[in-house]
Amino acid sequence: MERKVELKVVNLKKYFPVQKSFLERLLSGKIEYVQAVNRISFEVRRGEVFGLVGESGCGKTTTGRLITRLIEPTEGKIIFKGEDVTFIQGERLREFRKYVQIIFQNPYASLNPRMRIGEATAHPLEIHGIATGERKKKMVFEMLEKVGLEPAKKFYDLYPFELSGGQRQRVAIARAMILNPELVVADEPISMIDVSLRAKILELMLMLKEERNLTYVFITHDLAVAKYISDWIGIMYLGEIVEIGRKEQIFSTPYHPYTKALLSAIPVPDPKREKKDIKLKGEVPSSINPPSGCRFHPRCSFAKDKCSNLKPSLKMVDKDHYVACHLY
Amino acid sequence: MKYSISRFIVSNIIKNIFPRKGTEYFVLVGFILVLLIILMAIFAPFIAPYDPIKKVGEILERPSGKFLLGTDGLGRDVLSRIIFGARTAVLVTFLAVSISLSFGVLLGLLSGYTGGKFDTVFSLVMDAMYSFPGLILAIVLAAMLGPGILNTAMAIAVIYTPTYFRMVRGLVLSLKESLFVEAARAIGAKDRTIVFKYIFPNVISSIPIVLSLNAADAVLTLAALSFLGLGLPAPTPDWGFDLRAGHAYLASRIWWPSTFPGLMIVILTLGFSLLGEGLNEILNPELRR
Amino acid sequence: MKNLLTIQDLRVYYYLREGAVRAVDGVSFFMKRGETVGLVGESGSGKSTLGLSILKLVSSPGKIVSGKILFNGNDIAGWNEKKMRLLRGSRISMVFQDPMTSLNPLMRIEEHLVETIRTHQKIPKAEAKKKASLLLNEVGIPPERGGDYPHQFSGGMRQRIGIALAIALNPDLLIADEFTSSLDVIVQFQILNLMKKLKASHQMGLIFISHDISLVSEIADRIALMYAGQIVEFAPADIFFSEPLHPYSEGLLNSVPNIELSDQKLNYIPGMPPDLVRPPDGCRFYPRCPYGEDICRRKEPPLVQIEKEHMVKCFRYDGKKSRT
Repeated sequence: MERKVELKVVNLKKYFPVQKSFLERLLSGKIEYVQAVNRISFEVRRGEVFGLVGESGCGKTTTGRLITRLIEPTEGKIIFKGEDVTFIQGERLREFRKYVQIIFQNPYASLNPRMRIGEATAHPLEIHGIATGERKKKMVFEMLEKVGLEPAKKFYDLYPFELSGGQRQRVAIARAMILNPELVVADEPISMIDVSLRAKILELMLMLKEERNLTYVFITHDLAVAKYISDWIGIMYLGEIVEIGRKEQIFSTPYHPYTKALLSAIPVPDPKREKKDIKLKGEVPSSINPPSGCRFHPRCSFAKDKCSNLKPSLKMVDKDHYVACHLY
Repeated sequence: MKYSISRFIVSNIIKNIFPRKGTEYFVLVGFILVLLIILMAIFAPFIAPYDPIKKVGEILERPSGKFLLGTDGLGRDVLSRIIFGARTAVLVTFLAVSISLSFGVLLGLLSGYTGGKFDTVFSLVMDAMYSFPGLILAIVLAAMLGPGILNTAMAIAVIYTPTYFRMVRGLVLSLKESLFVEAARAIGAKDRTIVFKYIFPNVISSIPIVLSLNAADAVLTLAALSFLGLGLPAPTPDWGFDLRAGHAYLASRIWWPSTFPGLMIVILTLGFSLLGEGLNEILNPELRR
Repeated sequence: MKNLLTIQDLRVYYYLREGAVRAVDGVSFFMKRGETVGLVGESGSGKSTLGLSILKLVSSPGKIVSGKILFNGNDIAGWNEKKMRLLRGSRISMVFQDPMTSLNPLMRIEEHLVETIRTHQKIPKAEAKKKASLLLNEVGIPPERGGDYPHQFSGGMRQRIGIALAIALNPDLLIADEFTSSLDVIVQFQILNLMKKLKASHQMGLIFISHDISLVSEIADRIALMYAGQIVEFAPADIFFSEPLHPYSEGLLNSVPNIELSDQKLNYIPGMPPDLVRPPDGCRFYPRCPYGEDICRRKEPPLVQIEKEHMVKCFRYDGKKSRT
């Protein structure tokens, strides 16, 4: 059975103007832009996990902030449950926030240092006038226990600095989940947490997903983590989605040369495994003046003339599997 | 920073003499000094042996059993005058600091959070005020406004408003970009909630420190204004004014009319400085770890 | 074959106001010439301190308290700063996570190389220059870019410069501390391959310090796993990954997602590492260990020799007990 589409992103684009000094502006006169996200489109269905994978600077975090409406898109559409939320403001935006939440990468910075854990977790309830007094407190206790901060009574009165990174991230999860959202964007939620504790956070997120039929957009640079948690995977390179498909498809039959390179570059904890080689030149270019045509072509060993002139669009190669490459 | 001579000296004393545990003691000593002087101000009529503005003895009597700290050039009791002088000092300092704090913090929050043209204009005005030598600014204003408690307090407040403004605005600018503020937006918090629940609490911890240090400086500024005759109208008991009146007799080895008011200025300044410097460490839970 | 490096019962403490932090507390391991030891541990396990103490670069309030550091048979733990300075850079060198911090932004990279070479070798400038361009070529930087300044290079290129500087004098041992952590996977892969190549051509020993056990598996011959200031397991890499013995090794390997496996069940280790000012009396891993027994709480486990080159710090393998 096809699940309902929860989130649809259409040709989403975000350009940031490059900050320049007064003198530079005077001399060049031209405003330059960082093309952080360039016309990306994808769909996420209810109850599924969409893994957005890419290297630093590929625009995955910007995409997450766009979806949650923390920054304004330059162009494009964000459709949440059939409703266009791209430019909603005021009360409608606040209402939207009840349904769409975000978990940030850095749990050391995402909590107000002057707010006790209980207060921080309760705040979304206050803001949206959902519960007060004893009922609010009870909900907070339940939530804290659910994310494994037990005894909740003890954690309720602590300040963030008294907690470890893993515990802080759980507070961030509790805060995001207490409103019972439908869609949660998780931006590298485990990358700043100690290795031995990461799996616990992932498990917690999966448990909450099962329990509440949540939809996740899981942003990560780590394909191994994406493979563990996602149902769908979108690979981003320099502000664009180059390949998108079901998890099994991406891992068993990757098409895009960049996806292939990423897959063989992932370290595997098994020294006996046959070492692969990747044919990839140079490093990721700047997104201020990205390469023409296919943005990957200067590094691609299969590049043809066409690749430097014409931008490839996402084409279906299999059912549910799309790739943006002139080779296919 | 600007409020700094007393701060420089005190912080060096603390760091050199009491490298670690000292701060707690200093806060305590500072607190006691300030508290004593405040109590003195409140209960002045009950403590002071004489009326501070009446001639109660011969002029320039030496300290004795009758006049513990002697009498001044007009035959008034020096002890009573410094006790009542505490009222002036405490009241003016309190007013000056409150005025500058309220304006500085409020404008700093507003200006920093809204940004844009509003922010540019306010920052320029405040910077202009800040770059002007404080005492001279106070002298000009005091001369323009004329004597009186509120006027003197306002003249002094103007010097310190930019200190709060700049400190608060700077903090707001960086806090505004912080992840936890973005997180607050993500849970749907309104601007007002963000300013008062997320930004202000993170600014407030820096205020008491600056406040105590400014108070220390304000005491000195008041003394300077009074010394120059720009403070309160005579015969109000006022340490700075008395210091000035008494210092004429120093050449004749008549030291008591000037030494005791001077000493009080030092004690109150020191009290506030110690308090501020000590609070600096104690009020930041993260720093203490 | 003689050992290149042998560490015996090394202890390095940081003396803080709260007490001594036992960052490295009784560590022993060895490596042979040309080998790679992967020094793995989570943040705060003491792996970086251990790396720095081999070069005797632990800075105050840290101090090497006791133990031996035998390098090429000489115990350098007692050497003075003057002797160490001759050793550093020439016989043992180090690459860091961010090479920018160790490069002078106003010096061309060629000058950096020439200066490094000439501080240890008295050779004419022209010869040093020639050597520098050979080195650049070796690490995959076009030698004509030698005239560029550090900021003109990308992250991966800077890391290559860092490597060129570190190997300029043909050291016997290179210590790399999280040196690919700030790089993206593909560049990390390329740098790692470069490192393998250079290691072979220079016959260089490598201590590869990282929190990423998957990454370490790509390059290490031996694994030294650290937990709370101690090495809990020291084993040849293939044995470590196929048959980890220490409960922490097992837990850690089970908590890492592996891209080669489908439907992997991830596990985690409950609890948190102990406070190194007041570590637990017995085994430091006991509070988090699924197999903990009463003795683990009371006594510190011995370092049990399983095979000639495989050591585990755990009671489960202590003589009288059979392996379960």
